[in-house]
Amino acid sequence: MAMLSFEKKYRVPGGTLVGGDLFDFWVGPFYVGFFGVTAAFFIILGTALIVYGASQGTSWNIWQINIAPPDISYGLSLAPLMKGGLWQIITICATGSFVSWALREVEISRKLGIGLHVPFAYAVAIFAYVTLEIIRPVLMGAWGNGFPYGIMSHLDWVSNTGYNYLNFEYNPAHMIAVTLFFTTTFALSLHGSLVLSALNPAAGEEVKPAEYEDTFFRDFIGYSIGTLGIHRLGLFLSLGAGFFSAMCILISGPFWTAGWPQWWNWWLNMPIWSLGH
Amino acid sequence: MPEYQNIFTRVQVRGPLHAGVPVAKGPWMREGKPFFLHLAGELGNAQIGPLYLGTLGVASFICGFIAIEIIGLNMWASVNWSPILFIRDLPWLALEPPSPAYGLHIPPLNQGGWWLMAGFFLTSAMVLWFFRVYRRARQLGLGTHTAWAWAAAIWLYFVLGFLRPLLMGSWGEAPPFGIFPHLDWTVSFSLRYGNLYYDPFHMLSIVFLYGSVLLFAMHAATILAVSRFGGDKEVEQSVDRGTASERAALFWRWTMGFNATMESIHRWAWWFAVLTPLTGGIGILLTGTVTDDWFLWAVKHGVAPHYAPIANIVDPAAGGKP
Repeated sequence: MAMLSFEKKYRVPGGTLVGGDLFDFWVGPFYVGFFGVTAAFFIILGTALIVYGASQGTSWNIWQINIAPPDISYGLSLAPLMKGGLWQIITICATGSFVSWALREVEISRKLGIGLHVPFAYAVAIFAYVTLEIIRPVLMGAWGNGFPYGIMSHLDWVSNTGYNYLNFEYNPAHMIAVTLFFTTTFALSLHGSLVLSALNPAAGEEVKPAEYEDTFFRDFIGYSIGTLGIHRLGLFLSLGAGFFSAMCILISGPFWTAGWPQWWNWWLNMPIWSLGH
Repeated sequence: MPEYQNIFTRVQVRGPLHAGVPVAKGPWMREGKPFFLHLAGELGNAQIGPLYLGTLGVASFICGFIAIEIIGLNMWASVNWSPILFIRDLPWLALEPPSPAYGLHIPPLNQGGWWLMAGFFLTSAMVLWFFRVYRRARQLGLGTHTAWAWAAAIWLYFVLGFLRPLLMGSWGEAPPFGIFPHLDWTVSFSLRYGNLYYDPFHMLSIVFLYGSVLLFAMHAATILAVSRFGGDKEVEQSVDRGTASERAALFWRWTMGFNATMESIHRWAWWFAVLTPLTGGIGILLTGTVTDDWFLWAVKHGVAPHYAPIANIVDPAAGGKP
């Protein structure tokens, strides 16, 4: 049994949302639960379909495997299996497994008596995925607007979709998202560094308690957010990055069809610039 | 249980103002009288200040100030010192590097000389800041992890603004200062070299960037979820494991079959964050110096598929006639 030394006393029944104690057990280190069963169903089916799709493609080269959505001409209808139907079923499986995973996290959190922050955070990532593959294609009227499943093919999709709007870096929501991505990474490096520097001090020094961490950051930038605050900040920044990523693609197409550099004309056309002229 | 989700602080806990751990006597002391700010206390600690300036801090600040002044005044000059145009056009304004004709020579001030000078002072500010962070940590007996993480960021900046232009033989290869102009530079740089998405080090850098955001979301959410058991006291939990660490570990073990420890999650965090600019810098350094076209590189190595030509186009740069 893959159990940690302290694990046994935490393996208690209860906390499930669905199914009572029917699925309330572990397999190796994994907790199962009702949503573990549904997640396994979607993961196995989805993965098998991806492998099947790859077998029907031109190459087993891991970079070049590509399972594309239906042609735009299919609109929002179901497509034949080899013409995007696989992509549609895989998308259903992916969404099903993501949601199952999140609900399974809720059950585990309840069992451990801890907060629901992780499943909530994960829900933001699911929202970004659903925005790309379901909400935006529905708003634009065709599944063909979703991104394909494949390593290089999804990069090509991002590149092409970006240039459809001339220069995606002028998209204001994209700007906010990128800024949050960089800021989150910056904050993560500061947090990781601070904890490691307190735990791994100079040779011959003792491990340093929190007042040293606070003192270091106040000396450094005049403010220390504190051991609890940094995790709130980190969660807000990272979820903001995911949320604005979803927003920046959601507005591209359904709400703005021109090049993003042109969007900024509202700023140049504000009447205040000509006051007094 | 739904009552306790710990997003904001409902009751601000304020101890006495803390002047900080005693610092070695020197010409500089901590500046400013610390005070409480209610708004800051909603999210984290309410105490603001004091701040340690120090010689390195003051020198870094002066260099940074000079760089910002050079950039700002050049932008203002470019709109004929009109304050309205300066504000209106600010996102589009730039301080451009010298034209390629100057190579690695020092150009006249208004031909890129100011750009060179701004870059020098900005780099100086960043390097002085590195030594300041290093010294602050050592004076408190802490490890120097923050300084080295900062050095990774300097590396990326150094590659973009100095090392790659040096290898390419022209300052004109470097990005301009300016909001939209540096974005334009980034897009045209990618297009010029066959789409940076095919650059393997760009791929790695993006993986670490997204990975950092994912890790911070996972870590921050986990700590907040176990904060009622004192999970935010990470250093104490690392040396003397409590139920917060145990529940945090088991959450991930039961979810995905693997868990970090209270200390090791910060090593994951540090490396993911630091590898973002490290790999990104390598990707930039190789672009134009080692390869001219990342797409063709990817085709050659079987990463991107080879497409049969749909038209007979001769590359003019290859000397052929169209």
